[in-house]
Amino acid sequence: MDFYTISSNLLYTAFVIYLVATFFFGATIRAKGSAQRTSRAGTIGIVLTTIGFLAQTGYFITRWIASGHAPVSNLFEFTTFFGMMLVFAFIIIYFIYRLNILGLFALPVALIVIGYASMFPRELSPLIPALKTHWLYIHVTTAALGEAILAVSFAAGLIYLIKKVDQSSFNVKTFSLEFVLYMIFATLGFILVTTTFNAMDYQVTFEYEKEGELLTSEYHLPAIVAPYDSEMVTEDRFSPLFEAPSWMEGQEAGRKFNTFIWSLMAGLALHLLMLLILRKRVAKAIQPLLSRVNLDLVDEIIYRSVAIGFPVFTLGALIFAAIWAQVAWNRFWGWDPKEVWALITWFFYAAFLHLRLSRGWHGEKSAWLAVIGFAIIMFNLIAVNLVLFGLHSYA
Amino acid sequence: MNKIKCECGHINPEGTVLCEACGKPVEKNQHIDGNDKGKLLNMRYDGSARRSQTYNKTVIDKVWNFFSSVKVGVWLIVLALIASAVGTIFPQEMYIPPTVEPAQYYRDEYGIFGQLYYQLGFHNLYGSWWYILLIALIGVSLVICSIDRVVPLHRALKNQRPKRHEVFIKRQRLFGQTERVSNTDMEAVKENLKKKNYKIYEDHGHILAEKNRFSRWGPYVNHIGLIIILIGAIVRFFPFMYVDTYVWVREGETVVIPETEQQYYIENKDFILELYDPNDERFSEAIQQEGGMVPKNFQTNAVVYQVKGDTVPGSEPELEKIKEGEIRVNEPLKFNGFALYQSDYQLNEFKSMSFKLHPKNNAEDVIGAFTFDMTDPKQEYLLENGYRIVVDQYFPDLEIDNGEPKSKSNYPRNPAFIFFVYGPDIEDREVSFLTIGANINPGNQNQYKLSLAGVEMRDVTGLAVKKDRTLPIFAVGAIIFMIGVVQGMYWQHRRIWIHPKDDGVWIAGHTNKNWYGLKRDFESILDRTSINPPEDQQELS
Repeated sequence: MDFYTISSNLLYTAFVIYLVATFFFGATIRAKGSAQRTSRAGTIGIVLTTIGFLAQTGYFITRWIASGHAPVSNLFEFTTFFGMMLVFAFIIIYFIYRLNILGLFALPVALIVIGYASMFPRELSPLIPALKTHWLYIHVTTAALGEAILAVSFAAGLIYLIKKVDQSSFNVKTFSLEFVLYMIFATLGFILVTTTFNAMDYQVTFEYEKEGELLTSEYHLPAIVAPYDSEMVTEDRFSPLFEAPSWMEGQEAGRKFNTFIWSLMAGLALHLLMLLILRKRVAKAIQPLLSRVNLDLVDEIIYRSVAIGFPVFTLGALIFAAIWAQVAWNRFWGWDPKEVWALITWFFYAAFLHLRLSRGWHGEKSAWLAVIGFAIIMFNLIAVNLVLFGLHSYA
Repeated sequence: MNKIKCECGHINPEGTVLCEACGKPVEKNQHIDGNDKGKLLNMRYDGSARRSQTYNKTVIDKVWNFFSSVKVGVWLIVLALIASAVGTIFPQEMYIPPTVEPAQYYRDEYGIFGQLYYQLGFHNLYGSWWYILLIALIGVSLVICSIDRVVPLHRALKNQRPKRHEVFIKRQRLFGQTERVSNTDMEAVKENLKKKNYKIYEDHGHILAEKNRFSRWGPYVNHIGLIIILIGAIVRFFPFMYVDTYVWVREGETVVIPETEQQYYIENKDFILELYDPNDERFSEAIQQEGGMVPKNFQTNAVVYQVKGDTVPGSEPELEKIKEGEIRVNEPLKFNGFALYQSDYQLNEFKSMSFKLHPKNNAEDVIGAFTFDMTDPKQEYLLENGYRIVVDQYFPDLEIDNGEPKSKSNYPRNPAFIFFVYGPDIEDREVSFLTIGANINPGNQNQYKLSLAGVEMRDVTGLAVKKDRTLPIFAVGAIIFMIGVVQGMYWQHRRIWIHPKDDGVWIAGHTNKNWYGLKRDFESILDRTSINPPEDQQELS
């Protein structure tokens, strides 16, 4: 077996172990006593999580050996690493607060992130000259760790909101919370449709012209939306319903937009199915499971994970980023959209930390902010390259 | 100033909410921190007298109070956040093609919204006066907020005494009472506090245990770092603080480096472009997806020279080699504060082209030959036996525009020529039009033909020339910011008060963050003593 195969197997192993660990954390709900007291299920959960993390570390190392560079150089590698850092951040926070229920929320987020990552091309890719520097590892790993720690506050925020938001009526709050859950379903939907159509080997090709060059775009999902000003060249396929708007600047914007629409639709289908089965809002259905959760502690975790993550994020996503930009692009700051969105994330969490100084911004409001902060991070990781142009070569 | 004398004897400045020494609430000032009788005390700045909360008469007071408000600071941050996001909706002016008119570009590419975007000046948002003003206001807020709080907080923490007023103890978030406590228990507690690295201050049986006070200064340290960064940004407005220019160098050429006062020259010995081997097993699949061409390395082998002695106008300066090295992406070449970055390249520019003249039907019978040197083009080339070539027109970079030949640029990327051939057996002259891959004989009556005999090609490297005197300012600011933010976030200022009361004690605790950690400290400190752990008097749920 070569290192590439070993690394793929290790990643698969880690994924399965995280999944099993999630069930053990789930089992702690039924355990007697306070949510924080160590239960057998919780102990098994954290031990499994740690083993899974070690397996994923093994994936990281073997893939590094196989390719000759740290595996953070394309979308698959980076997103997988982000998932791994999420697990790492969860382990840190778990050992500070020993809150089992956090595992039930943080691990699924990590699982979805890793699942999402594996929808992208997984083969080893060579490093282009701009990425050939130690700053690639230093900047990307620190930034991912910072974002992952901040993301733990999202998992905690979700727990807080599901327990706290009054589900007796349908209003803006319950809708917003349900919408947050819908976004998770949409990510699952993306994984589901991509896997399905990949298994069917579905393919449809479009041709279009950009700056005098004839480009092709290969879809692996049935086309709902075609690239701007393009022509379908594969026969016997569903014709697209409409074209992507011209302002979508990114590379292969049409294909990505099409995937986005598919994800939203599949997410909607999944969500509706859940609503049908549960016969109530998903958040409302989860709420009773969290009856023993101490909201004060969850609020503390929201705040602490921001407090711990913020310096790491600043260091990785702004300072190391600026140093690398100085070395590679000979300017430390250039208002590239991804840079700007890192700054926006930083502004956001700076505002969050300052708001903690005022009374009235603890608890539920903090939890909502934690959710919004995670949305900003995800926007920067995923959406910036879909709708905005930029210098960053991936992600 | 009206000083406030507390019953403990300490004299507090005007505006004090909680006595600096004993913590007793100053009756008339409780509204400042929003303290409600019987409820928990607001311990944010230890109830110290902040200027912003004390004076509000003059204009200066009002300006000071405006900027010292955290609420205003957060609003400024949120505005900057929204403004920054707006700037990413469409590309900024610096990222659009340099050859197009911005007004037209935004209208054509993005329609009515693009036009609006341009008219509102959002195409240059981060350089606009209002964005800069917004950031400057954040800077002002940083300074005033920090000074308003750090001075009184420092005073309060310096003047605090172990003996606290009962009201202060009672109205802490963590508070507990124990009726009867033995001396051995008290000794054990003190021992445990020391083990937990608390510093202990005692006064007639009253104990103040404190640790990590330095973390309270973290926010102010990181604000200093941010201010230094903002100062760096201001300094960068002065053009003499940095050099930002560009130089193209052909292989084999030595040229002066711009903006170095003619002091430095650069020679391009070789430009190297390497691609990944598409047959490399590891990467073959990915390379195939990229179309087979994935660059591996862009490199200029360069030599930097410095002018030796004084230069005499009109004469060649004497050059001294000061540095030789390889410039790659991510590996600039540095010399005397300047740095050269690999930024661009142009492959295969023509350096020279050789031609031979021969009878139209016999390429072997060469009459004469000459070399056209692109760096030193001549008007006329004399061949043997009385033949001569006159360069009628030279197009370095040929383009056919409406049937007319013209040159796209001055760079010899696609050269073309119109030659006149004269000779003893040629009546008048013969006209030849030569381009890459074509040899056109306009009248089709020529006896002689000019053919390409050889070419010499070379690469051109594009190097960015940079010097930035502001970098150390940014570096210092960033380091100070990181120290401050880590200091403030990764340590917490914890205080525990033990207040003897009759035969027992009252205990109270305060921390600026991480209450959970403080509670755990209490658990281990009070372990195996008869003292009851304090209760959390504030629960969210």
